[in-house]
Parts: sequence; C-alpha cells; structure tokens
Amino acid sequence: MTSYLVPLMLIGGLMSTGVYLLLERTLTRMLLGLLLIGNGVNLLILSVGGPSGNPPVRGRTSDGQTATADPLAQGMILTAIVITMGIAAFVLALAYRSYRLTTAEDVGLDPEDIRVSQMAADGGLEEARPAPEPSRDTDLPDELDALPGLEGSR
Amino acid sequence: MNLAAVLTPLPVLIPTLGAALTMVAGRRPRLQRAITLAALSVVVGVCATLVYLTDRDGTLVLNVGGWGQTVGGMGPLGITLVVDRLSALMLVVSSIVLLAVVFYAIGQGIRDGDERQPVSIFLPTYLVLSAGVCTAFLAGDLFNLFVGFEVLLSASFVLLTIGASEDRVRAGISYVMVSMVSSLVFLFGIALVYAATGTLNLAELAVRLDGVTDGTRSALFAVLLVAFGIKAAVFPLSTWLPDSYPTAPAPVTAVFAGLLTKVGVYAIIRAHSLLFPEGGLDPLLLVAALLTMLIGILGAIAQSDIKRLLSFTLVSHIGYMVFGIALSSELGMSGAIYYVAHHIVVQTTLFLVVGLIERQAGASTLQRLGGLAATSPLLAFVFVVPALNLGGIPPFSGFIGKVALLEAGAQEGSALAWILVGGGVLTSLLTLYVVVRVWTKAFWRAREDAPEGHLSGAAPSVLLDEPEDIQFVDRDHVGRMPFGMLAPTGALIVVGLTLTVMAGPIFAYSERAANQVLDRDQYISAVLGSAE
Repeated sequence: MTSYLVPLMLIGGLMSTGVYLLLERTLTRMLLGLLLIGNGVNLLILSVGGPSGNPPVRGRTSDGQTATADPLAQGMILTAIVITMGIAAFVLALAYRSYRLTTAEDVGLDPEDIRVSQMAADGGLEEARPAPEPSRDTDLPDELDALPGLEGSR
Repeated sequence: MNLAAVLTPLPVLIPTLGAALTMVAGRRPRLQRAITLAALSVVVGVCATLVYLTDRDGTLVLNVGGWGQTVGGMGPLGITLVVDRLSALMLVVSSIVLLAVVFYAIGQGIRDGDERQPVSIFLPTYLVLSAGVCTAFLAGDLFNLFVGFEVLLSASFVLLTIGASEDRVRAGISYVMVSMVSSLVFLFGIALVYAATGTLNLAELAVRLDGVTDGTRSALFAVLLVAFGIKAAVFPLSTWLPDSYPTAPAPVTAVFAGLLTKVGVYAIIRAHSLLFPEGGLDPLLLVAALLTMLIGILGAIAQSDIKRLLSFTLVSHIGYMVFGIALSSELGMSGAIYYVAHHIVVQTTLFLVVGLIERQAGASTLQRLGGLAATSPLLAFVFVVPALNLGGIPPFSGFIGKVALLEAGAQEGSALAWILVGGGVLTSLLTLYVVVRVWTKAFWRAREDAPEGHLSGAAPSVLLDEPEDIQFVDRDHVGRMPFGMLAPTGALIVVGLTLTVMAGPIFAYSERAANQVLDRDQYISAVLGSAE
C-alpha cells in the first residue's frame, strides 16, 4: 500500500490543532476542536481505504480509472460525519443553554470538588465538630461513630 | 429460518421500534408507559431465550440482510450479529436492569407528578439507550460496536442533561466532551485497524491480526484500550465519571452506573480475548486495575454526597473486572464475567435506593441525612442488603465474585498478581468502610446531629433538578415509599440474591462463557464457517 505524505501531514495538523482547542475551557473552542479531530479521523479513514478509483456502483466508471474505490471507507466516513454533526448540534444547544444560564460559556468547576478540596485544606474531611458537651448521654446510637475522646461532641 | 435467526436482532429492533412509537405517542403518557414496559419486557424474554439457545447450541451468528460470506470465501460483507454465552449473559442482565429502572422511573413519575416535567422525551430516549446497549453487546464487527456506542452515548447525553438546569448543563458539557473524545479515539483506532488488516469483522480480524507484526498489534491494542478505558472508567481515564453521573436524576444515574461502564468492560474483554490474545499489555492492565481499585475507593471515602460516593465505588470496582481480564486465565475471565453481572445489578440497586432516600429524606448528602433507620426500617433494609453485597460480605454474590478473582490472582502467582490480590482485599475492606460510614451517618445518628440536618430539598423531584432548600421541618410529608419505586428496587435485590443462591449454576455458566470467550477458534469458525 502506498501512502501519500500530504494527506498524512494534513491529518496530523488537524489532529494537533483539534487537541489544542479541546484543551481550552471555552465551549465553542472545544466544539471546534472536536470537529477538527473528527475531520482528521475521517481523512485518515479515507486515506487508509486505498487509492481512488471508480465509484463503487456497478457499471459506473470515472475518468479512465481501472480499480474501484473502497466503498467501506466511504460508508464509515458517512456514518461518522452524521454522528459528529448530530453531536455538534447538541453541543451547540448545550452551549446556548449554558450561556443563557450563566452568561458565560466557560466550563465551570465542579462545586462538589471545590467543597472536598476546601475541606481537605481545612485540615480534615470530616464535617466540623462542635465543642464536646460532656453532659450529654453518650450511649445514644449516634455516638457509636464518634472518635475516642470526642464522645458527647454532638 | 430458525428461531435463533429471528431472535438475535430483536433486542435492538424492539427498543428502536418502541422508541419510534413512544415518540408518536408523546402526548399520551399512559400509552407511552405501556409501550415502554411492553417493549422492555419482551426484550427480557428474548434475551433469556438467547441465553438458553447459546448455552445449548453454541455461538449464534446472524448476517443481517443475508450479506454473509461470498461463494469465493470473502469474509462477511455486511453487518454481523454474534451472540455467544458472554453476550447473552450481558444482554439478559442488562435487559432486567433496564426494565426494573424504567419501572422505577415510571412509578416515581406517577406518584410525584408528571405534569410539570418533560417526560415526553424521557421514555423514547431511554428506549434508544437500551437499543444502543444491546447493539454493543451483539456487534460482530468493530464499526457496529462503534455505532452501538454512539447510539447509547447520544441517548445518554439527552438523559443526563434532562431539564437542562445549570448543574446538569455543566456536568453534561464535560460528559459530552469526554465521551466524544473517547469515541473519536475509538474511530481513530478503527481507521488504524482497517489500515493494518483491511477488515473490521471481529472474526476476520482475529485471523488477520496474527499476521501483523507485534509492535503494530500492541499499538493498535493500546489505541483501542484508551477508547474503551475512557468508557469503562479505568483509572487514569476515570475522572469524568464522578463529576457527571451524580447530577442526573436517580433512575438515569442508576442505569448509567449499571450499564454504560460495563459496555466498555465488555469491549475490553472482546478486544483482549479475541483480537489481541497474546497479552502483551497485561502488566499495564494489572497496574491500571490496581490504581483504579485503590484511587477509586480512596475518592469515595472523601465524599459526603451518597451519589458521588457510589460513583467512586463504581470506578473502584471496575478495577476488579480489569484485574480478572488482565490475568488472561480462564478462572480470571470467569470471575470477571460473574463480577460484571453481579456489579451491574448491585450498583443499579444502590443508586435506586439513593433515589428513595432522596425522596423520603429530601437530601442525598451525608451532611444532611440522619435517623433514617428509625423513620423507615424498610428503607434501611433495602439499603443494607445491596450495600453489604457491594462490600463483599460472605453470603452475598460480591464475596463469591471477589473470591474467584483473588483465587485466579493467586493461581497466576506472579509478584504483580499477588500485589493485586492484596489491593483487592484492601479495596473490599475500604468499600465496607465506605458503606458502613453511610449507614452510621444516614441511618443511625439522629437527623439533628447532621451538620446541615435542618435543611432539605423542597419536594420530591422526578426528572427535573430543583435545588431549592427549605427547612426540614417545613417539608411536606411525602408519604410512604411508592410501590412503583419500591417493587423494582426489591426485584433487583432479589436478582442480586439469586446470584448468590444460584451461585453454583450461574458461576458454572460464567465458566463456560469464559471458556468460550478464550477459545478464539470456536468464535472464528462460528462466524467464518457459516457460509451458506
């Protein structure tokens, strides 16, 4: 199988630009990155599908070609294009919705992640314990998980 | 035309047709529900029959549209659907889970009010998701597997962002992006495989990949493994999961947690055993399995939201399955298969129980929960059985699966395998610690002792995300747990217990399935020898 350098370089360019864009936090750029990678992969499928040739339809010829082009590669690309287009439409809808809700289209941080990391920074993952209250009955069931020395703290 | 040829495509066809019909019946919720329940019930029946047929007759192959092998021996030209024991087992467990969860969602919808909720899209999307899951399990070629993934992913995007609240849109964006990257990596892998071999049919690939040089094979496997690893949430690629799943409605989270990652695990099993059986990347997989188990469960310890906590245990337990696969032995594989079945059921049940907790107590975070054992002993019971099952307490199926995996690790005997065995035991103990922590906090202590115990969600919410906090004392009494939600949860608990009670026959089945999965020649001759 011969492979041509120019398509491969093009694929590499599309992929690397796509990855760069995908690493951004802005939703439209991420979407563009996704589309570029998708196109890169589609080109890759096309270029691994062998040389060009007659359309894979019985009795149709094209410009003096002798071989027939690989129909499977075309079929796969078509499917992949349709899927990518559908998802792109969905992402656009999400971006619009996100913009309506937050007037920004940056992807925010997960609030639960922030909370956990704050708790860790505050020195403990357990929730803040109130001061011990020795007068309370420590035989209540909720004390069974109290740490030694902190019984009666709730 | 025999029975098997009729039944094989039905797990895909019926939900797809059901989705179309429910779309048409969008304005008639009762008809929608009836269609959905009927469709998924029939699928359960079909899948159970497929289990029986594959166990009796061996692998079933269907060349869709008759585009099989040509007279000249050119490989199957069209789409090939293959059911072997592994696929059949995955199909039947998934279809039971799908039916139970939709029953739960419908029950919740009937009880807690559908009028304000955008349900007309929920059931059709759910059916599309079912069709996608079944396609992935039936696929006999890589591209069809990709299409199955895409179908279930597109449906899952809609389900995850249903109602499009701020939280869900944020979670949805990262979920969509990560999933799409994994799909594109998969497509990239498909292109490379196609370049190396000129075919995508799994059986033909298994033959032709033997003629490819070792380096190329490892590279191809690595690319596919990254794609499947993101879907299955194997450690370095798992961070998306706990951020995105918990924001979805309870039934949606339940079905995602049960099925979507397992589709990735299934794909890894297929690729590992059929396409790349020499196991060159096994040490890498073992290390990934160890890290998945440990880091997942350590993450779970830090969480206070039960949904997030369970998402982390989900990630952690994927490690057990990868461990079994990477051992490349029959015992390891059969342990992994049994564990997949067990984990689908138990993880789904736990998420359904969290849905019940959220409805009854108005919160799913340990910061607010307390006193549930006193208010609702029944709820405590339905939580504690699957929780102990997940933790691997002896009579339950989690214990049986883990013992099989540990035994397989000991049988392997290498230093790395022993480290994995130790890691597996440690993870099991930590899982127990995590569920016991939920138990003591949410069920045993008094609600006043929870730091934010006075706060609560306003009203039970079905599909929409309504983060409106009120004082717990002001919350309307929600009544008893609806039968429509409790029954499917109970049914899944019974299924989980069946895995224990019937462990002998089921484990024997998973051993036969593992035997079949590892016997490539049998798969190849079933697909390529079926020229008519």
